[in-house]
Amino acid sequence: MPAINVSTALDQSHASRVFDLAEMPLRELNQALHNLTLGSNETAWEVLNPKGSHSVAVGVDQPVTIDVRGSVGYYCGGMNDGSAVTVHGSAGPGVGENMMSGSITVKGDASQYAGATGRGGLLVIEGNASSRCGISMKGIDIVVHGNIGHMSAFMAQSGNLVVLGDAGDALGDSIYEARLFVRGKVGSLGADCIAKEMRPEHLELLQGLLDRAGVTGVKAAEFKRYGSARTLYNFNIDNADAY
Amino acid sequence: MTYRNPPTTPRKSATFDDYTLSEIRRAAATGIYDIRGAGAKRKLPHFDDLLVLGASISRYPLEGYRERCDTSVVLGSRHAKKPIELKIPITIAGMSFGSLSGPAKEALGRGATLSGTSTTTGDGGMTEEERGHSKTLVYQYLPSRYGMNPRDLRRADAIEIVIGQGAKPGGGGMLLGQKISDRVAEMRTLPKGIDQRSASRHPDWTGPDDLEIKILELREITDWEKPIYVKVGGARPYYDTALAVKSGADVVVIDGMQGGTAATQEVFIENVGQPTLACIRPAVQALQDLGMHRKVQLIVSGGIRNGADVAKALALGVDAVSIGTAALVALGDNDPRWEAEYNELGTTAGAYDDWHEGRDPAGITTQDPELMKRVDPIAAGRRLANYLKVMTLEAQTIARACGKNSLHNLEPEDLVALTIEAAAMAGVPLAGTNWIPGKNGF
Repeated sequence: MPAINVSTALDQSHASRVFDLAEMPLRELNQALHNLTLGSNETAWEVLNPKGSHSVAVGVDQPVTIDVRGSVGYYCGGMNDGSAVTVHGSAGPGVGENMMSGSITVKGDASQYAGATGRGGLLVIEGNASSRCGISMKGIDIVVHGNIGHMSAFMAQSGNLVVLGDAGDALGDSIYEARLFVRGKVGSLGADCIAKEMRPEHLELLQGLLDRAGVTGVKAAEFKRYGSARTLYNFNIDNADAY
Repeated sequence: MTYRNPPTTPRKSATFDDYTLSEIRRAAATGIYDIRGAGAKRKLPHFDDLLVLGASISRYPLEGYRERCDTSVVLGSRHAKKPIELKIPITIAGMSFGSLSGPAKEALGRGATLSGTSTTTGDGGMTEEERGHSKTLVYQYLPSRYGMNPRDLRRADAIEIVIGQGAKPGGGGMLLGQKISDRVAEMRTLPKGIDQRSASRHPDWTGPDDLEIKILELREITDWEKPIYVKVGGARPYYDTALAVKSGADVVVIDGMQGGTAATQEVFIENVGQPTLACIRPAVQALQDLGMHRKVQLIVSGGIRNGADVAKALALGVDAVSIGTAALVALGDNDPRWEAEYNELGTTAGAYDDWHEGRDPAGITTQDPELMKRVDPIAAGRRLANYLKVMTLEAQTIARACGKNSLHNLEPEDLVALTIEAAAMAGVPLAGTNWIPGKNGF
């Protein structure tokens, strides 16, 4: 499912449904979002006063836009399947965990495990992301405008992680088939992760990701690609020192 | 004629026994540790070391064929809007599609459904075979998150957050390349034929405070409908139970070291974790100390084989038990009818545990299209249902003999232990004495 253009929804702010978490419990917000059915007119949602609440807008499976005005706690947009969430603040651990489709944009920074095990959709962090960004990712696309912390893309299986800044230590440890694109420095590479040639198809793929994430003024050619050396795919005792 | 001194009989070392010697030779030849399936094979204190007292002058029994003995159990009543109601307190443990064939998973679902109990997915996601044939299906939420998605989460009847399992507390899953077929690879988002190493830790939380937040997320995603279990290997049962309750679990599942695995290191299986019998009383004690016994249900697994084991576990305070290895045997695992083929694999019926190799003659722990045809899911499901029925009848027989009109009315006072070790672990007196080791200062 293609990402939804967030700005369109904001233009229709007169039609948005406002949920103030200072007035209403989280349970009612998530239940109302789960009650949505295909074709519902309530396509634009606004969440006020999140104040670090956990599990804001989790398990949404309809193509609505959700603007969260403030910072959120753990697992915002968890298992998102089609909605376009924008966090106008920072996000706690596990933002967009196991996302299936749709998009999540964090205007601030993201804590640990951003996009963990995500299967699809687009996660954009406009600030920095902490450690273990994209851990065990399974098809999600993640674009981080700033830096990412250590152990990012650990055991990453599939999908693309794009970092405009630097990556911390042990990037891509035990990586499978995910692709990593880093524009800045890499602290160190994890077991079985190597720098790889940037071929035309990768430049094209990366440019598409940058475009979808709204990144301008940055060229795909400025990035290096990293991925699996595939030497740990089948156990070999001579590789035991790598673990 | 020359005189010879009388020879001594050749003596083998108890420390360096034949198995140990063979393992040293195997390690020296291959340079890699031994991997196998199943649970601990060493002799451990177990339910066989307990006896049930039965009725006497101070207790009167129920009539075996006339008076009712309830076997039902409700799981998940603490927080879930839709708790699970089972007809029998014996559930089928989590076993993955990938480690098991599709027909074997279907058979488990069929057998459980015929018996009014639940079956459980595994480290490979939910298949249509098992969802379709399982009236009550528990969906495991594992560190690997293979196949995890909100649609399956919502069509599950309960969610089991797996922290660990008895065969390898602290270890992740392992599925070797020969079992990663196209279908298994697709479900796990991995290349075909690679050795798949599941993570041992969850990727997006660590510790009990995070677990509480993770449980909240899963409840929010599923609108607080589903019971949420937390499964741990038998490591620190008192604290693990207390922390699971604190984190918001509806049900705690503890798997002792006899509990099986599809594949892990032999050294792990035999040396890490505690026996099932040693896990029960600490877990029950934790629930009692928190005032949550019977409010948060306790499921115990690892080496449950018959109705006596069920009755003894329930008498110690467990709400339900879970079976894995025994269920596979009911389906046809390690059946002597395949002895010639077991011999070709260098083993014998009853000892076959190289489930990771995917060459199971019984067609259960394989992804080989020809071998898996050997499991007829309807007939195998029927055998599992028969076996579950026998276990239930056996447990009822024991409960009635103790004068109990429900399996859950069995109590520790119905038990004695045959060994000091079992008495200490189970917290029941050594037979013929009133001595419970560790109690009353002794």
